[in-house]
Amino acid sequence: MTPHSKESSHEVERVFRTERQRALATLIRLLGGDFDLAEDALQEAFAEALTRWPGTGVPANSRAWLVSTARHKGLDRLRRQSVFEEKWRVLAWTAPRFEPPDVSTLEGGYDGELGDDRLRLIFTCCHPALAAEAQVALTLRTLCGLGTEEIARAFLVPVPTLAQRLVRAKQKIRVAGIPYRVPPPELLAERLDAVLCTLYLVFNEGYAATAGPELLRVELCDEAIRLARLLVELLPEETEPKALLALMLLHHARRAARLDRDGELVLLEEQDRSLWDRGEIAEGLPLVEECLRRGGAKPYALQAAIAALHARAATAAETDWPQVAELYRLLLNLQPSPVVELNRAVAVAQAEGEEAGLRLLDDLDARGALPGYHLLPAARADLLRRLGRTAEAAGAYREALTLAGNSAEQRFLARRLKEVEVGRFS
Amino acid sequence: MEYLMLIYSRESDWAALSDEARGALYKDYYEFTESVRQSGHYKGGNPLQPVATATTVRVNNGKTMTTDGPFAETREQLGGYYLVEAANLDEAIGIAARIPGARMGSIEVRPIQKM
Repeated sequence: MTPHSKESSHEVERVFRTERQRALATLIRLLGGDFDLAEDALQEAFAEALTRWPGTGVPANSRAWLVSTARHKGLDRLRRQSVFEEKWRVLAWTAPRFEPPDVSTLEGGYDGELGDDRLRLIFTCCHPALAAEAQVALTLRTLCGLGTEEIARAFLVPVPTLAQRLVRAKQKIRVAGIPYRVPPPELLAERLDAVLCTLYLVFNEGYAATAGPELLRVELCDEAIRLARLLVELLPEETEPKALLALMLLHHARRAARLDRDGELVLLEEQDRSLWDRGEIAEGLPLVEECLRRGGAKPYALQAAIAALHARAATAAETDWPQVAELYRLLLNLQPSPVVELNRAVAVAQAEGEEAGLRLLDDLDARGALPGYHLLPAARADLLRRLGRTAEAAGAYREALTLAGNSAEQRFLARRLKEVEVGRFS
Repeated sequence: MEYLMLIYSRESDWAALSDEARGALYKDYYEFTESVRQSGHYKGGNPLQPVATATTVRVNNGKTMTTDGPFAETREQLGGYYLVEAANLDEAIGIAARIPGARMGSIEVRPIQKM
């Protein structure tokens, strides 16, 4: 390979990386909603670009070239497939597993982008008729271009399990008739919720488990933020995508302070705030204000407002806890959930005293509202410790320890348990 | 596309309804059926007799085996169905949500495989 062509192949790869998502989103539409066919066809077009572009140079509109080349390849394949299916039907007297799209309806016409195809793709990948884990996998595979193995590793599931999940999801989209479109206005609010929920799931999966050498986990946060930015750009009128973006930025800003040098978990109140990413906070804060002003008290706006209060406090002691507690109360009215109740109780403990917070936690515990959730006994243990009720605190830490799944969290709880035990006996 | 909408509910819930409530539900079903007929989505549909009247049939080595009752004992029982024509799953979901039985049980929406 000459240096020139090597350079060109780098250029082809660069173009492919930047254009892949939009090209794929358009191709899926042009090929009748068939995700697999579109992916394969785009891959073939890329292979052709690799052999052609080093000689001809990269075309001025490289995305249009990729889409149109891939479309021809996809249509060819569909034609061959429908001839094959027809012969097979006649020979074997069987029905096809699904109806192949009528190739003639896909031929001709405009092969450019229609509106923004990426928005169609987001709403289709996050369709509520798909299981939540399938939505997440499909979003990362299709919109983020992550490989099956990478996604499996990030979610700690075996590769074949994840591959099967993707196959089933794509099959359901095709066979059950999940439309490739942006939902009409009467469905938009509800479907947008599903999209935001999926993005937040992706983010949290990356955020909750920062332990270990799993760099990909950070990548999940980056991808969720990138997709939220895209959503904000594509749906500028909606405030909740913007609020989710702000929420994720404000959480992500704390990432460097969340683990100490030994990789141990550091609680929010004990974090070195000078490590927080000022750029992300500076981007997030005005978004929160805009969302509250324009959209009012909606779920993501409220959560982002809480994150903003933490981001604004120069030290943990300066946190406006009464307002945090009030925002949790508003959130609880909108979205009753024991996890929100737990968070509110922690804020109330800070604002009104440990006793008040503990009463709320004990009430949650008595109702059995969060079975198996380690953060409830962990929060109780923390308040009991601060109240000097060390024996009870130790019991609650032990309970939390048996429930925690993440090793950094386990080590943190074990450390605290030791502290209260030592405190008790010394 | 065609979708079969399978209406599941607990038969005991039906039995527990007052005559008045049952009458209101029949009326809702009548109105729903009329509306999907008029909109052109309706392709068929019927209520079913209770599962107590069901018979399960299997053929083993050419021998017909007959057992009383449904194939699987489930919490909710199949009580009726509609066959509808819809442009896509979103439209089918919208129709399923209007079936009165969706309020007291659940509707399984299954695409029909074309032969």
